[in-house]
Amino acid sequence: MPVMSYIQAVTAALREEMQRDENVFVLGEDVGKKGGVFRATDGLFDEFGEARVLDTPLAESAIAGVGIGAAMYGLRPVAEMQFADFIMPAVNQIISEAAKIRYRSNNDWNVPMTIRAPYGGGVHGALYHSQSVEAVFANQPGLKIVMPSTPYDVKGLLKASIRDNDPVLFFEHKRAYRLLKGEVPEEDYVLPIGKADIKREGSDITIITYGLCVHFALQAAEKLAEEGIDAHILDLRTVYPLDKEAIIDAATKTGKVLLVTEDNKEGSIIGEVAAIIAENCLFDLDAPVQRLAGPEIPSMPYAPTMEKYFMINPDKVEKAMKELAEF
Amino acid sequence: MSQNRHKELGLTDEQVLHMYKMMLLARKIDERMWLLNRAGKIPFVISCQGQEAAQIGASFALDREHDYVAPYYRDMGVVLAFGMTSKELMLSGFAKAEDPNSGGRQMPGHFGQKKNRILTGSSPVTTQLPHAVGVALAAKMRKDPIVSLVTLGEGSSNQGDFHEGLNFAGVHKLPVITMVENNKYAISVPIEKQIASETVADRAQGYGMPGYTVDGNDPLAVYEAVKNARERAINGEGPTLIEAVSYRLTAHSSDDDDRTYRESKEVDEAKKKDSLITFAKYLQDENILSEDVEKQVNDEIAKEVNEATDYAENAAYAQPEDALRYVYEE
Repeated sequence: MPVMSYIQAVTAALREEMQRDENVFVLGEDVGKKGGVFRATDGLFDEFGEARVLDTPLAESAIAGVGIGAAMYGLRPVAEMQFADFIMPAVNQIISEAAKIRYRSNNDWNVPMTIRAPYGGGVHGALYHSQSVEAVFANQPGLKIVMPSTPYDVKGLLKASIRDNDPVLFFEHKRAYRLLKGEVPEEDYVLPIGKADIKREGSDITIITYGLCVHFALQAAEKLAEEGIDAHILDLRTVYPLDKEAIIDAATKTGKVLLVTEDNKEGSIIGEVAAIIAENCLFDLDAPVQRLAGPEIPSMPYAPTMEKYFMINPDKVEKAMKELAEF
Repeated sequence: MSQNRHKELGLTDEQVLHMYKMMLLARKIDERMWLLNRAGKIPFVISCQGQEAAQIGASFALDREHDYVAPYYRDMGVVLAFGMTSKELMLSGFAKAEDPNSGGRQMPGHFGQKKNRILTGSSPVTTQLPHAVGVALAAKMRKDPIVSLVTLGEGSSNQGDFHEGLNFAGVHKLPVITMVENNKYAISVPIEKQIASETVADRAQGYGMPGYTVDGNDPLAVYEAVKNARERAINGEGPTLIEAVSYRLTAHSSDDDDRTYRESKEVDEAKKKDSLITFAKYLQDENILSEDVEKQVNDEIAKEVNEATDYAENAAYAQPEDALRYVYEE
């Protein structure tokens, strides 16, 4: 099985879906000739031509809004926001329009569109190239938000998103793009949206997280295994709507739960995960639910000292896991 | 209006009479909705009155079997011309389950009907403009010989989506026609406090497309402008911006009192130019709308509006738990 990077899995999924279905096309800033600022659409312009790998004007609301129109006509647009931080001008189109079109038309119209955006920090991206923006969209029924953690999941979930008949926000961790490599089958496969995935079986403590933090948790778990602490790791994969059953099962399994996100703590995805556990697992818990997240500051500063202070890393996760195990 | 203008545009007597009937039907449905609102039977009305000529003139210049429209909340004339029925509009007014626009989920005026290629609309203004551009992009990619028409008010031409959408259409030379129905008011704020340029049409220049200002009270002038724009679009020459100038004859909505911000004299003056009067006069002068025909038209429309009202009033609401459906594909 070939080994590929996280971003190569993105490109592979796009290429295969464009080969499979002529209704699939890509639009965004710099996605064409340049192949994307991260090179996620590398080679697609040459293979599929300008019409299906469309460089758009620098205007995010139009990228989302034109995508919505094309989707209503029957195409399957994959829109790229160059950085998740720059999705804000498109929020009206995403929340007022894409999320509500099926509902408000009583199932008459729908929007089979995927919006890809690189998110996350640890790349010297400062305030506006580092943010996690999923919580902005995670209380908008009608949207689905997918945040994969491995190249295998990237390919299977991006294909599923493109084939989905509702709008999907697909957030890719930009530090994972070249940092993470893994085996990815060459053949066609899709993974279910809305399903979490157990990334490590364990019996002492449960870590529930998503995105790059899954790897920090896995690294921490290997170290703690040497100390006899056996961690169970659930990767949410889809952060909206949440896989409640998997969350309840994972929390119940060990009774000790640590939730991890790179986002600010208050109002983040893991707050909702904590609420699901509180509602359903009271008598199965052996410790208060713990949360490890970014500090309550607007975004990640540029200077390496402050950036490092903000970011989650394996050491921070290990420390939190150990404290929970010893509770 | 000078004589025989419709024939010069290639329109038959039957076609212009059809246009007039549809303008009148829109007006009469609208007036009925106000009565129902004031009688406490429906909670909200937002009006097409004063803009019927632009809406019908534009729609009749399109291929109403294949083209797409992205209307805004005043476009009762557009959706009627594209195949929505009086009954369906009344079902929307009463928020009943059979309403094809939304099954009673949205306020009246939030149009949408896939079978008639009417894109679904929302309340935040101008969001529909990029959608129409997207339809045009998709049609161009598939080489389908159609155009999309998007309409909006002049206040909406200040939104980012107006400028982002028109620029996108201009760059990619897409077959989309944007018609701004300039009724001179964005709720209470008059045109001179909305737009710095002399006309809305002037804004086209920045987006590499022609912009035309036409008399929105004259359905034939609007027809001609949209027909030319459609020809350009179909020939691959790209988008067009059209500003149809008329006047909003009612308050903004049933919840607005326009006496607080404009003089009744101004409204009275505008009513003299009401297209329902001026176009009727043209048709009378052309011997198309005789007294007999006019009576017949009025009777037919009154009957249609009555039947639609009765049907919709007696139709069922959605079940409460229907609110849970169609968030995602089922």
